[in-house]
Amino acid sequence: MPDGAVPVLEVKDLKTVFRVRGGEIHAVNSVSFDLRAGELLGVVGESGSGKSVTMMSLLDLLPSPPAEVRNGTVMLGDRDLLKVDAETMRSIRGGEVGFIFQDPMTSLNPVFTVGFQIMEPLRSHMGLSKAKARDRAVELLELVGIPDARSRLKDYPHQFSGGMRQRVMIAIALACDPKVLIADEPTTALDVTIQAQILELIKDLRQKLGMAIIWITHDLGVIAGIADRVMVMYGGQVVEQGPVREVFANPAHPYTRALLQTMPKLHGARETKLRVIEGQPPMLGRHPESCPFRDRCGHAFDRCAAENPARRQLGENHDVACHWDHREGKP
Amino acid sequence: MTERRKLVEVRDLKMHFPIFGGILRRQKGAVKAVDGVSFDIYEGETLGIVGESGCGKSTCGRAVLRLYEATAGSITINGQDIATLGQEELRKRRPMMQMVFQDPQASLNPRMTVAGIIGEPLDEHTDWPRQKKLERIYELMDAVGLNRDFANRYPHAFSGGQRQRIGIARALALNPKFIVCDEPIAALDVSIQAQVVNLLEELQEQFNLTYMFISHDLSMVRHIADRVAVMYLGVIVELAPVQALYDRPMHPYTEALLSAVPEPDPSAARRKDRIVLQGDVPSPANPPKGCNFCTRCPKVMDICREVPPETREVAPGHFAACHLLDQDQTTGGTGGRGSEHNQRLIQQGEDA
Ligand SMILES: Nc1ncnc2c1ncn2[C@@H]1O[C@H](COP(=O)(O)OP(=O)(O)OP(=O)(O)O)[C@@H](O)[C@H]1O
Ligand SMILES: Nc1ncnc2c1ncn2[C@@H]1O[C@H](COP(=O)(O)OP(=O)(O)OP(=O)(O)O)[C@@H](O)[C@H]1O
Ligand SMILES: [Mg+2]
Ligand SMILES: [Mg+2]
Repeated sequence: MPDGAVPVLEVKDLKTVFRVRGGEIHAVNSVSFDLRAGELLGVVGESGSGKSVTMMSLLDLLPSPPAEVRNGTVMLGDRDLLKVDAETMRSIRGGEVGFIFQDPMTSLNPVFTVGFQIMEPLRSHMGLSKAKARDRAVELLELVGIPDARSRLKDYPHQFSGGMRQRVMIAIALACDPKVLIADEPTTALDVTIQAQILELIKDLRQKLGMAIIWITHDLGVIAGIADRVMVMYGGQVVEQGPVREVFANPAHPYTRALLQTMPKLHGARETKLRVIEGQPPMLGRHPESCPFRDRCGHAFDRCAAENPARRQLGENHDVACHWDHREGKP
Repeated sequence: MTERRKLVEVRDLKMHFPIFGGILRRQKGAVKAVDGVSFDIYEGETLGIVGESGCGKSTCGRAVLRLYEATAGSITINGQDIATLGQEELRKRRPMMQMVFQDPQASLNPRMTVAGIIGEPLDEHTDWPRQKKLERIYELMDAVGLNRDFANRYPHAFSGGQRQRIGIARALALNPKFIVCDEPIAALDVSIQAQVVNLLEELQEQFNLTYMFISHDLSMVRHIADRVAVMYLGVIVELAPVQALYDRPMHPYTEALLSAVPEPDPSAARRKDRIVLQGDVPSPANPPKGCNFCTRCPKVMDICREVPPETREVAPGHFAACHLLDQDQTTGGTGGRGSEHNQRLIQQGEDA
């Protein structure tokens, strides 16, 4: 895809901590990445690895306290999102940057109708009249495959199925033609046919609007199908990053390799038991001084405990944070 | 195989939600979320339920456990007619049948700690001493892969996947016989999905548990289910042993569903032949005349727009409701590579 294109979003050294009773949770540790115009960056990683917290930190969406963004810069064009005032942030959110939350039930307000919640940003960000906003809302709901859209505008979120609520979230995020779309598990509640339809829609919008997209998902099939690049997170860090074909063909980090092996298959013999990555996720109680994956890693050696590996370049655009040299098969 | 015992028997279950309208807020119609489904679940087996978003899977699961009062139909669980049970009797039966909810956030009380949430069913249904309860809570946390040190945290401090595991631990607390799992793994990463599925299978083996497993992840359903029911717009269009369903789908909707699964391989994924369904998705408030799938079926015939198809047993234990099966029962259904007439295959090129 657009190689060498200018980054629309550049994140450097982001660090987010939660203060909780009895200590701190270091959820995001020195995360850096960029997103180029028109590109789709897939983000995968263990549950609890900091994917959502990273993205929510960018848009000041975390409750503070307990959350505290301790370090980093987030450049959207020439503005640092960590420094803009609340007013500017509000106009960026839902305007230039669309956001789809992981949990559709909590991000839709149960006391307002679905129609109101889609029309609201259209009226406040785009200044549409009520009638225009309603027409656009219907159009958006049809785009994400909600049948009988006009008559469902007056329904409340609980009257929608899980997947329909998720599609409402997608419609809201797309309402104002964002430049950047951050989608956190946007299709987990969708069946494959609707998911395919949404993915086609997203591809289409990318082409038409040049929208750049961050897509968080557990579904490696989806990543394989639509992402240009993939970023793998573990224990609050980026452990590998590269073009999607390259990472799937030559995964460099032991966690990435384990992840690719745990997928159940649609074809071939049924596995009697699914493969899992043994062991527990890291506790995140302190800033990590050693490799967060070492307790579960088959290759760990003394250096992994002594020093948290920095990201090193493997090839063009492909990097990994691991002391083990997977190509040489030695430390 | 020895004679299997039916644990769950559902007959012609309907769940309609009324739609009110006009100034007088009179009922002017109904969302027919579940519109006459029948199936059995045998003791110790897993019945997978798949189907499009909004087709009524969650509603069906909830109605079976009587979390909704069904509009019509009968539900028997373990020989007991659930649909007509009084409230007190129902409460006594609750430990036996549990549900893992689709929306983990909405089903966890934000003001209770994790230990409190997992232990709630124990408080409600046992008179165990504190220490015993706590041990059970830790045991459950271990079982679902939650760190014990998190016991005193509140749900908001957990990631989406961690919350789902809290819900699973709670459902397991009272050693139920029958669990409706509504998308229990959708929010989990693949390794933890595998952990949870392995766990569900181990528990099943150990305690002879019976599952109704609702999911849109067809690969996972293939792994965990013994039989699979495919729902479309409130009805079951196909029900078959898992192998048969994946190898020889009989209903055009099942075929489309199977063809749309994304492949975890970047080069294969972009070249796959996908049946992309065209046409309007009908609303359950206003289902089409004839077959529910007729508005989008790539193989639709005139009769499909007039008469709803009957469910027939096309092979032992393999049920499907499609008019195509009325005609060519001899060729073994609509499915397969041979009969691709009229079907729209999208060749997705490398440039996609
Ligand atoms: N409000 C909070 N208070 C304390 N800790 C929190 C809070 N929110 C998140 N965390 C912690 O931050 C870590 C990262 O969470 P995050 O939600 O980013 O994970 P994730 O990668 O999105 O996981 P999933 O795939 O399960 O959604 C987790 O360990 C979580 O427990
Ligand atoms: N409380 C309710 N009031 C009115 N309509 C409802 C209610 N609950 C569900 N519905 C409707 O019933 C239909 C089926 O919903 P259900 O939640 O069972 O779908 P589902 O198959 O579980 O979908 P998903 O895969 O998206 O979770 C939908 O059209 C939904 O809008
Ligand atoms: Mg998350
Ligand atoms: Mg559902």
